[in-house]
Amino acid sequence: MPDGSFAHPQQRQFNPYTDNGGTILAIAGADFTVIAGDTRQSEGYSIQTRYAPKVFRLTDRAVLAVNGFAADGNMFVKKVKQRLEWYRHAHAKDMPLRAIARLIQTMLYAQRFFPYYVYNILGGIEEDGTGAVYSFDPVGSYEREACRAAGAAQSLVQPFLDNQIYFKNQKAAAGQTHPTHLPLSDVLSIVIDSFTSATERHIEVGDGLEIFVVVTKGHSPQGLESIRNVQEVTTRADTDRMFVIRRELKKD
Amino acid sequence: MDHFPTNWGRPRNDAFDPYGTYPIHQRPATKDNFAEGVQRTQQPIVTGTSVLAIQYKDGIMMAADNLGSPPPFLPLTQSDRILSAASYGSLARFKDIQRLHQVGNSTVIGASGDMSDFQAIQSLLDEVVIDEFTQGDGHDLGPAEVHEYLSRVMYSRRSKIDPLWNSILVGGFRDGKRFLGYIDLLGTTYSSPSIATGYGAYIAIPILRSAVDGRVDELTEENARNLLHECMRVLFYRDARSLDKYQIATVNASGVHISDQVHLDTSWSFAEGIRGYGAQTQ
Amino acid sequence: MFRNTYDSDNTVFSPQGRLHQVEYALEAVKQGSAAVGLRSKTHAILLALKRSFGELASYQQKMYRIDDHVGIAIAGLTSDARVLSNFMRQQAMSSRMLFNRPAPVNRLVAAIADKAQVNTQEYGRRPYGVGLLVIGQDKQGPHLYEFSPSGNSYEYYAMSIGARSQSAKTYLEKHYESFADCTLEELIRHGLHALRETLQQDKELTINNTSIGIIGAGGAHETDVGTEGNFRILEGEIIEVYLQSMTPKETADALAHAPAAAPADAGAGDEDVQMAE
Repeated sequence: MPDGSFAHPQQRQFNPYTDNGGTILAIAGADFTVIAGDTRQSEGYSIQTRYAPKVFRLTDRAVLAVNGFAADGNMFVKKVKQRLEWYRHAHAKDMPLRAIARLIQTMLYAQRFFPYYVYNILGGIEEDGTGAVYSFDPVGSYEREACRAAGAAQSLVQPFLDNQIYFKNQKAAAGQTHPTHLPLSDVLSIVIDSFTSATERHIEVGDGLEIFVVVTKGHSPQGLESIRNVQEVTTRADTDRMFVIRRELKKD
Repeated sequence: MDHFPTNWGRPRNDAFDPYGTYPIHQRPATKDNFAEGVQRTQQPIVTGTSVLAIQYKDGIMMAADNLGSPPPFLPLTQSDRILSAASYGSLARFKDIQRLHQVGNSTVIGASGDMSDFQAIQSLLDEVVIDEFTQGDGHDLGPAEVHEYLSRVMYSRRSKIDPLWNSILVGGFRDGKRFLGYIDLLGTTYSSPSIATGYGAYIAIPILRSAVDGRVDELTEENARNLLHECMRVLFYRDARSLDKYQIATVNASGVHISDQVHLDTSWSFAEGIRGYGAQTQ
Repeated sequence: MFRNTYDSDNTVFSPQGRLHQVEYALEAVKQGSAAVGLRSKTHAILLALKRSFGELASYQQKMYRIDDHVGIAIAGLTSDARVLSNFMRQQAMSSRMLFNRPAPVNRLVAAIADKAQVNTQEYGRRPYGVGLLVIGQDKQGPHLYEFSPSGNSYEYYAMSIGARSQSAKTYLEKHYESFADCTLEELIRHGLHALRETLQQDKELTINNTSIGIIGAGGAHETDVGTEGNFRILEGEIIEVYLQSMTPKETADALAHAPAAAPADAGAGDEDVQMAE
């Protein structure tokens, strides 16, 4: 570490990365997916802004949440969107979710030796109409999962999801089994609780919560009616429906 | 010239390979004898301290003092280095530096960090604005476009590990919309109703946020000016690398206006009562 | 094989001061099936006639989306058009990448015109064999441009290119003054009428051989058009309603030749359309 003395040579290296905090999370249901992130952007102990979106709509049925180094994240999302636009030019349709997942893996791995310092979670509806979540590490390793949390409060949220979604360390009542998929209303409660709790215990999480909900075409978005501030952002009839829920989180 | 035929422009042929070009020859790197003499910015040299900016009812307002000071000896973290700490003793080297710059007809930028890098950015933006003007088709760049362009420039330079060592605020007003955004040497960007760079992020932001957040549409031009004036005064009291001369830029429906130098009145008489300060040493 | 001495090299002027290769390129545009473009205060539209090389072949694509706010129709060599549309897409994307701004339409057109000009001057090149009609919208509203292989580009109220486009042009010249205040449906009907003029004697516009490209707010027969009125291409079943709205050709001709017939009267013939078929 440079100390400013003349006694010995000083060397200093520019560090091209920083961590901008925040947390993202996605949960897949049988015919829906919920993708969420807080909106605080921080550096060190400073809150830079209380509203910097981390969750982005890519197509009518795909949503990408990006967490880590914000500059890399924004650039990455921009490049993914442009690749999807070229796909649209070439094929006159949106790229399917599993293809977007593979695209993201190749784009991340292309930067293997100067990585995008970002954790990606891709959520949406698969071609067969099932809800899907794909999670990535910064250099492109990925897998399809039922749920995933990433970012500053990953270590707080993921164990909670393991318990609530995967029923880890829970015993089903005698003669009964755990359900394979939870209904939308339960999932939304779990998402909201995850973020209010992460806000309580992690200084880099808070300010606002942005939740995207994608529901398979023809299925009813049951469970949304009891939620406040739901905005539908579906652009076309006879496609999957997409909703955004915006909520406040504590700002301290 | 070397003894590898592929390097002379000979075609390769993997069916019949007379020159044994598989695997491909390692081309000797062209040597630049002066490469070792070329260095990249690893630290700022003459720096400007905080820039403050807020949105108000009719547009945005930005303030920065006129000091350019030489580099710090005691870097704290990377971002703290931008604010600059003790150096050359504590020489206030350039006392008439312009740190606010008009871009096009509806945008102003203000920078802290390395002043030579900032002046290079000014030239770059001036060029882009002129290119846009010479198209003569009625399309020009607003604050959002300038912000996006600057973030591309800053991010691509950081990706070459050759950063432009600045934190820059971009503010403006166009088509009835306010814009205020931030970009730094890493390419990090964000928007907010009130933003400050450098030391101001610690000292001024709490004051600005309590006055501005959620009240942007009520804040008059006079409110905004007084608010920034107070923050500049506090910064001059608490930031060793600041000056009591500053300029303020206003962008609203009537365009961009960068003020003349404003002088801060400060009172230091309280210091006389403090033990260990000035002449009174014990 | 050359028609005259100055054919072989496009960089050499003929003694009359003409570049023959460039003029032949303009002929290539005339070989392509027709495309028509019109503009109102709120919309810009393209209409094109698609060709099919026989019963077993599909119809050639005549329109390309460049970006949300720009689209083109082509006449001439499709392969050349793909090169140009690809270039325009790149320019549009780069504007979004650099400035987060939709590329101004006039600059996109100027960019391909500059590319085409180089091909009329540099040794060893050939001009593009394709003409484009470009529609787009920006802050100033909807626009219609024509690009031609000579490197020229102009903005128009209405324009047509391709085979027998002169007939369409005649129609457009007669009616263009009424276009500014047209609704989208009226504008499309004018466009179809103009496009119909380019057909061979025994042919007619069908849902298979007609493409309609639109920029501007969604019309009465459209669903799922966002508030921005992005470029969209209508083909197949959904254009039936517009084809139905046309005044039958015989009626239109009769009205046109009647001494007192005004364009407004032509519109009155609409109600009879279904019965006439």
